[in-house]
Amino acid sequence: MSSDPEAHIHHPNYVKIWVVLVVLLIVSVLGPLTGIRWLMLVMAFGIAFVKAYLVAKNFMHVNLEKRWVTYLLVTCLVFLGILFAGVAPDVMKHQGLRWENYAAKKAVESGSQASAKHE
Amino acid sequence: MSSRSIANIRSVTGIPTARLVTWWIIASEIFIFGGLLVSYVMHRLAHPEWAIAAANTNTKAGAFNTFVLLTSSLFAVLAHQAADAENGKKAAKFLRLTSLGGAIFLIVKGFEWTHEIKEGFVLSSGGFWSFYYTVAGLHGLHVLAGLIIMLIIASDAAKNRDLPRVQCIGLYWHFVDIIWIFLFPLLYIAK
Amino acid sequence: MTTPATGAQAHLGSHGDEHAHHRQSFFHKYLWSTDHKMIAMQYLFTGAAMALIGGYLAYVFRMQLAFPGQNVPGYGLVTPGKYNSLVTMHGTIMIFWVAMPVLVAAFGNFLIPLMIGCDDMVFPRINRLSYQVFLLSAMVLLASFFVHNGAFGGAWTSYPPLSARGAYNLTPLGASLWLLAVALEFVAFLLGGINFVVTTMNGRAPGMRMWDIPLVVWMIVLASVLFMASVGPLIAGAVMLFFDQRLGTAFYDPGRGGDPLLWQHLFWFFGHPEVYVVLLPALGIVAEIITVFARKKLFGYRTVLYTTWATGILSFVVWAHHQFIAGIDPRMANVFTITTLLISVPITEMIFVYIATLYGGSIRFTTPMLWALSFIAEFLIGGVTGIFLGASGADIYFHDTYFVVAHFHYTFFPSAIIGMFAALAFWYPKMFGRMMNETLGKIHFWGTVVAFNVTFIPLFITGAAGDQRRIYSYALFPEQDKPGLQHLRELSTIGVIVLLAFQVFFLINFFWSLRHGKVAPENPWLSNTLEWTVPSPAPHGNFAEMPTVYRGPYEYSAPGRETDYWPQNQPISPLEEAAL
Repeated sequence: MSSDPEAHIHHPNYVKIWVVLVVLLIVSVLGPLTGIRWLMLVMAFGIAFVKAYLVAKNFMHVNLEKRWVTYLLVTCLVFLGILFAGVAPDVMKHQGLRWENYAAKKAVESGSQASAKHE
Repeated sequence: MSSRSIANIRSVTGIPTARLVTWWIIASEIFIFGGLLVSYVMHRLAHPEWAIAAANTNTKAGAFNTFVLLTSSLFAVLAHQAADAENGKKAAKFLRLTSLGGAIFLIVKGFEWTHEIKEGFVLSSGGFWSFYYTVAGLHGLHVLAGLIIMLIIASDAAKNRDLPRVQCIGLYWHFVDIIWIFLFPLLYIAK
Repeated sequence: MTTPATGAQAHLGSHGDEHAHHRQSFFHKYLWSTDHKMIAMQYLFTGAAMALIGGYLAYVFRMQLAFPGQNVPGYGLVTPGKYNSLVTMHGTIMIFWVAMPVLVAAFGNFLIPLMIGCDDMVFPRINRLSYQVFLLSAMVLLASFFVHNGAFGGAWTSYPPLSARGAYNLTPLGASLWLLAVALEFVAFLLGGINFVVTTMNGRAPGMRMWDIPLVVWMIVLASVLFMASVGPLIAGAVMLFFDQRLGTAFYDPGRGGDPLLWQHLFWFFGHPEVYVVLLPALGIVAEIITVFARKKLFGYRTVLYTTWATGILSFVVWAHHQFIAGIDPRMANVFTITTLLISVPITEMIFVYIATLYGGSIRFTTPMLWALSFIAEFLIGGVTGIFLGASGADIYFHDTYFVVAHFHYTFFPSAIIGMFAALAFWYPKMFGRMMNETLGKIHFWGTVVAFNVTFIPLFITGAAGDQRRIYSYALFPEQDKPGLQHLRELSTIGVIVLLAFQVFFLINFFWSLRHGKVAPENPWLSNTLEWTVPSPAPHGNFAEMPTVYRGPYEYSAPGRETDYWPQNQPISPLEEAAL
């Protein structure tokens, strides 16, 4: 297919990219050692997004494909965001105007007590 | 004589049919994993006490498995490069190395889970563990399925047959890798 | 202006000859076929058989509602538990094993390769696999009728904790088999759907641009995309429910840290786009029929396309209107009310486009045309009554009453049943090489449509008067146990019996015409689209020579031409080219 966008791609040095990915992995594992919870989370998930981007761009060649493939993938993520936005107000709440989720509240309570005891 | 339908050979969009199908499969899988992960994230945010259960996951095993999958992804894209150069034998070799990575991943997971089950953490041990086994289990099934398909494609590629499929199974494998890239912090680091 | 084919495709034209010489055994032709047309037949007949079962279930529970506590002829006594199973399985079968296989799988399989000018789907063997998985799912579902305590009785929406605990739904085995059957059906349609989408994207005949694709193909492709996107989260949710049922997890158990509302959200995130998966193919079928029998161009092809895309996107942000009184966050109820009322706009616009297409046309009232016109009329009622339900305030009263039941039957019946009969009446010549009998067709049509209205109009009234859904006998509820209401329920039951009885005319017409109908010419309706350029019935391999497309599908009554139709594959003559 001469109109195949990936017919004659120039392959980059994939091993170099792999090294970057492994370094990022090591950094993200070291995160919990810092002891600063928010920093650890930001590092862990931030690095996850960076790694995912690197794999998508360099290994899957998404940037070389026709543009609409990127739009399709982004649209999937947007709809998942919509799912989250529509469901979270219900699933993440343990109390409403006229109702209370006793079991969930108790679990959270006893959990926070147990972790307070730990520290 | 090709057993392919004319429809299969045409390519009005410019993207070869097999690759086009792979992208649509990946899109639908994003929704399946996405639904599960969205459900997990909501629950996890609303139940900070799950951190106590989560403390029992084996971060070392998770990190090692992440390394294994990343490396297997490297082999998968090197297989693609070889297939592009019409070197079927080399592509098959790299695909088999990728499958080996998948197998190691599953074996490590087997040990991991065996240990956790022995400790008494099973599917019904509570919210965190239910999600943990379900999500990682679904992912593991996809690793297994991908591994098997990859070996089949490798044996064809070794005979220089159907080389474009090497890229397609590679795409699927990278997707499975990306899911794990997010599972790792979700299940092992966010404690 | 479209340009004619390049030389590259010409050598593929001889492909048809290979198929013509390739004789197939009975097994290969009927049971193990990869031919999209045969797979379409398999889906069609399975779906039709399931429709008979679903219709029978409706007869039984409606008899119970009209004559509570009495033995139903052809069934026996309906206990409360059996009633739950009957309504659950009726809904489940009709949506997943009738509407979807007939509208999406059968007509998608049959029409897409023919209408876009290729010889089969891009992956014929995956196509065959999809039917086999679907057949398996049907068998698993039917098997559930025969296990201990019978088929699942937790409603087609399967809300936990009712669906998660056997102690509550009384049909634990049936519940798990139901879930398994539905999951298999999802897999079958994912496999099939991806085939449809990729075939339409990549397999089109040379010259067929996006705007030259017949609307019904677009609609089935978009339906497949909607299905594929919306079913993912529900597959995840179904796995979680299965684990709750069988493995002691507590995903949906509020007493142990789970949330039953999560299931509802995951279900309806799929459930709402699902109704558009059923609606869109029906809209496409109607578009094909009304343009042919009004001899008129579609009023706004691109308009319909853009509004369909808008509808598809909007359909993903309206789902919680099924959960207004479930205890969701009231602020979300506001959001979903707005989006739900919004989505009525693009659909209304499409109906107006269809009416504008008919206006000034040269209308022939053949059986397919009658069905297509009745679709518009009946769906209008369904759509308008949906407005009441989409407003969360009014829905507080209407939710879970028969008003809802009547509303969704006025949307589902036109889509699934009227759409099916319209498509069959229209494409029967191409499928089977014979013409159906017009007289029998018209008798069937009038009987079905009148009986349908007699069945469901009373339910609007009883619903508004307070009849709740999923109640096996109103004798237990003093406010509803009134003779006036009971007469309406009886009227509805009579409607259903007459409705089912009239299907005999269809069955006679269908099977009699197979052997004794008038032999059908290539293009009995003088239509433009590519499927009418091949012999009737369409042969294996479809086209002896692969066609080239020069224009859109709706060039009817084009000025200055001798004939009032202009097939897509007819080359432009030098005279015509000069005139442009």
